[in-house]
Amino acid sequence: MTSAHIPNGEGSVLITNVSIVGYERKDVLIDDGVIVDIAAPGALAQDESVAEATVIDGAGLIALPGLVDLHTHLREPGREDAETVESGTRAAAAGGFTAVHAMANTSPVQDTAGVVEQVARLGDEAGWVDVFPIGAVSIGLAGEQLAELGAMADSAARVRVFSDDGKCVADPVLMRRALEYVKAFDGVIAQHAQEPRLTENAQMNEGIVSAEIGLAGWPAVAEEAIIARDVLLAEHVGSRLHVCHLSTAGSVEIIRWAKSRGINVTAEVTPHHLLLTDELARTYNPIYKVNPPLRTEADVEAVREGLADGTIDIVATDHAPHPREDKDCEWAAAAFGMTGLETALSVVQQTMVDTGRMTWADVARVLSQNPARIGRVNEGPRAQGRPIAVGEPANITLIDPQAERPVDAAEQQTASTNSPLHGRTLPGAVMATFLRGRATVLDGQPVARTDKSAS
Amino acid sequence: MRHLLSTSDLSLEEAVRILDTTAQMAATQEREVKKLPTLRGRTVVNLFFEDSTRTRISFETAAKRLSADVINFSAKGSSLSKGESLKDTALTLKAMGADAVIIRHQASGAPYTLAHAGWLDAPVINAGDGTHQHPTQALLDAYTIRRHLMGETMGEPDSIGVVGKDLSGLKIVIVGDVLHSRVARANVYLLSTLGAQVTLVSPPTLLPVGVETWPCQISYHLDEAIDQVQPDAIMMLRVQRERMSSAGGGFFPSPLEYTRIYGLDAKRLGRLPEHAIVLHPGPMNRGLEISAQAADSPRSVIVEQVANGVAVRMAVLYLLLTGESSAGTAAHPTGKENS
Repeated sequence: MTSAHIPNGEGSVLITNVSIVGYERKDVLIDDGVIVDIAAPGALAQDESVAEATVIDGAGLIALPGLVDLHTHLREPGREDAETVESGTRAAAAGGFTAVHAMANTSPVQDTAGVVEQVARLGDEAGWVDVFPIGAVSIGLAGEQLAELGAMADSAARVRVFSDDGKCVADPVLMRRALEYVKAFDGVIAQHAQEPRLTENAQMNEGIVSAEIGLAGWPAVAEEAIIARDVLLAEHVGSRLHVCHLSTAGSVEIIRWAKSRGINVTAEVTPHHLLLTDELARTYNPIYKVNPPLRTEADVEAVREGLADGTIDIVATDHAPHPREDKDCEWAAAAFGMTGLETALSVVQQTMVDTGRMTWADVARVLSQNPARIGRVNEGPRAQGRPIAVGEPANITLIDPQAERPVDAAEQQTASTNSPLHGRTLPGAVMATFLRGRATVLDGQPVARTDKSAS
Repeated sequence: MRHLLSTSDLSLEEAVRILDTTAQMAATQEREVKKLPTLRGRTVVNLFFEDSTRTRISFETAAKRLSADVINFSAKGSSLSKGESLKDTALTLKAMGADAVIIRHQASGAPYTLAHAGWLDAPVINAGDGTHQHPTQALLDAYTIRRHLMGETMGEPDSIGVVGKDLSGLKIVIVGDVLHSRVARANVYLLSTLGAQVTLVSPPTLLPVGVETWPCQISYHLDEAIDQVQPDAIMMLRVQRERMSSAGGGFFPSPLEYTRIYGLDAKRLGRLPEHAIVLHPGPMNRGLEISAQAADSPRSVIVEQVANGVAVRMAVLYLLLTGESSAGTAAHPTGKENS
């Protein structure tokens, strides 16, 4: 894939008076998709090249590097009734993302070079964000035989992240082989840690609430046992492991221990596990049904602490859209999952920044730099997660941290309405998103690409 | 009280009021003509997603004794077996003008969803949902216990039964599969609200993680519990034989071992206090959780529980459908002064 195929912004943009990752205010000049100058406010105004630039007033705004989601379900191909690559990536742009990794549990499954290339192409055509497909670990997510990981890695989609997400690679031998095999192309196995036998028919976190309301329990140990096994496997074979949506205090402890041993493991937490607890299940409203389930207050505190101290490397959305009928029913019959692309940054602000636990530079680390590095998309023609610096691709998100906005699931860009935050008011709003210099969001509204029909 | 979904929603006053109304209903059932005109013209729907002939018949009898029209809507032989959603069923019932919906469902929380999703305006009565709650069962158990143990002369209640009393001071032991039991959950909350001291006896595998926060004591040993608690009432829960063959090879090693450690046999029956009564929600597994001697002994009130079930359900239907739900405003559904 050559850079000629990658659309860049046309013309130049001058963002004035913007605070770069929460630090001092600067003017940032973008031209031809690249950050060409950063200077003190007003210093660039005399510059001739600036005369024709579109000026965006960044006063009161914070510039973050474009966000990178390592865990998005775009549902296409197969479940276009829930989401399409077009609607899902538009939601991503609205949430401040410039890249998403598209999970493999589509239909057909992203387990061949053909399917991952199809998803990548749909992403290019939509043009909202860079779409990096994730390849399945096993054929059909069945957990029996390795999918053609090498073919997907060598394909035009250049897959580096492999996951059976939605299902756990439970067979220890298959997991070992997968960890070993991806070493050949610097890949990573992103594990959905869920011991299947301990979670048969499980509906929610096993604990005080499940005991009382009579929903079958999903015990913390079912997650922790797999993570413990997998970090030891990764150590044994010298491979790279990524743990998806870690949700329990015990999981944080295991990751902390593994990192202290030098094991090459990274971990993610979702916005919903940073904010919500299993007490919400008392409403029996399946909008709160998710896998792994919402845990306890103590778990929420532990994942916040783990994210702040670097034990947890990234926040990833696990954006999981579902059609209305899959949530408009009794709890046991409902699908697992919640949307998150358009609220992730606000939840991180509320739980981590406004509480004083993280700086905006930390936010840039866990929502941009680290996920891009784990996905190995931080270099090359589509480099993501780069710093806001001269010569870097102009992937920039402008946010207004003072904004207060009500969440209305029906108003969101995603095609589905299963947001657990519907009706809440969240801090912070994405005002603009630039993908290589082109504004995908301006004034908080998505901006469709003008050359779309030509692509 | 707009719906009856869980006994944990009931205040002491509300619970006592239901028991008092039950006593009045029970008194009418001693009359030659059992039918009351109270709910004439009202339509009550029995919505059963799970087979339960006895509970359905009990509700149907209760509604008919109050002169309500009863529609039985069961999963088998209806659109439910063709995969119609709970929502569409609810909308159908609403369109038909149901005045109350009694729901039995295999999914915990389905009655709560039916009551709160905005699909339906009618009061919802939970007739057993998954492993969550079975409030009318707990109410009939509490009524039966009160009638026998809180009367002026213990064991010989008068025909109307006592009124106005809770279960303060009583010690009640519940034995069996607590993990999967909606009857156990419903009883723990109701009996403790009524002032009784509840002890659950179960193998550790059949207690849910999180049970330690329930308002009750826990024991793993029936013999110890009988000797230490000296219960006024003992309730044996049904143990489903399929629990033997589920994941992990089952929840206990064998039915014989279960019976040996947790079954109520003649010997254990003999060690109960003189006045203690034996309850079972039915249907019984004779020889597994309860022996024939225990089930058929004079201490057993199991058959009476069934009769009281009708009276309790009449009381609940009456209170929900006539809006006579606040404690203290004396209602006289039977047309007799409360004496």
